[in-house]
Amino acid sequence: MSSKHDDDLSTGPAPLTLAGMLLGARLVSVLLPGVIVFAVAFGAAAAGKGLPLSEAMVMSALVYAGVSQLVAMELWRPEWTWGAIAGLAAVTATVNARAVLQGAALQPWFGRYPKAVNAVQLFFFTDANWLIGTRYRAEGGRDLGVVFGAGLLLWAVWLAATLPGYLLGSLVADPRRYGIDMVMPIFFAAMIVPVWRGRRAAMPWLVAGVVALVTARLVDGYAFIIVGALSGAVTGALLDDDA
Amino acid sequence: MTMPDPGPWGAYIAILAMAVATYLCRISGVVLMGFIPLTPRVRRGLAALPGSIIFATVLPLVDRLGLAAGLALAAAVLSMVLRRSELLALLVGMATVSLARALGL
Repeated sequence: MSSKHDDDLSTGPAPLTLAGMLLGARLVSVLLPGVIVFAVAFGAAAAGKGLPLSEAMVMSALVYAGVSQLVAMELWRPEWTWGAIAGLAAVTATVNARAVLQGAALQPWFGRYPKAVNAVQLFFFTDANWLIGTRYRAEGGRDLGVVFGAGLLLWAVWLAATLPGYLLGSLVADPRRYGIDMVMPIFFAAMIVPVWRGRRAAMPWLVAGVVALVTARLVDGYAFIIVGALSGAVTGALLDDDA
Repeated sequence: MTMPDPGPWGAYIAILAMAVATYLCRISGVVLMGFIPLTPRVRRGLAALPGSIIFATVLPLVDRLGLAAGLALAAAVLSMVLRRSELLALLVGMATVSLARALGL
């Protein structure tokens, strides 16, 4: 069962190597075309909204969370009040709340490293390197460099690709047409295969999917990911392994 | 007492607020789980979490994005079962969704 690897984690080394970082960079490289187009789309949206280039670049560098940056462009305004800023922060937290669960899922691994290491590497923590780290862990890997290296490369590319997007403006006004909006969903779906542990282990996942589906129909926004995933985790916790 | 208006720095304060909110999301799962003892039950819940996040993300998206998206994800999973290559799965998925949308699905 999957708990075997977790037991391995409680002893032995907690490495963070350059070789691991290079491996992470290599593993995440398949996603670079999608990330580039996404960043270009953000840059274009920021230009369209009238943000100065400096603000678009600083946002990509500091926030580094694609969907929430695009949502922010919908809510952007020329004049800011404290209330509007608080509202934007709340929306951003909602959109990115899935990272809380993603971090929790990998905590048995991450928790073995010094707080300072996690404080830095988690700044670069996104869907993409969470997926890569999850797969790598499922296969018995334990080098944190894989997550960190993947995150660093993605961050650099995300930041760099924001610039041409801003300058070229609306060339990719409709990312939907090229299926770019599907890059992360496809990558998410493909990851089902390497993390598959048999039908019994997939029961909670099905609960998660169905609850998310219903929630998404009833509630606007991105709450469905949290509600669904938590339902799956609770189901998993209540299922008895040796029943 | 009222705070002075954000004024000319409003945009940068807004960006900073977004950055702080995002960073808190990124660290809080790891920080919070540090305080929860890893009982077998918690361990099972955590073990179920990755697949649950994947399903909770993907199924509603299929529902929202339509048949073309569903076909693309199914094709990507099938490709992954057969070849175990993320790059190939991505290409197959993108090709499927482009084709399906071109056909008006």
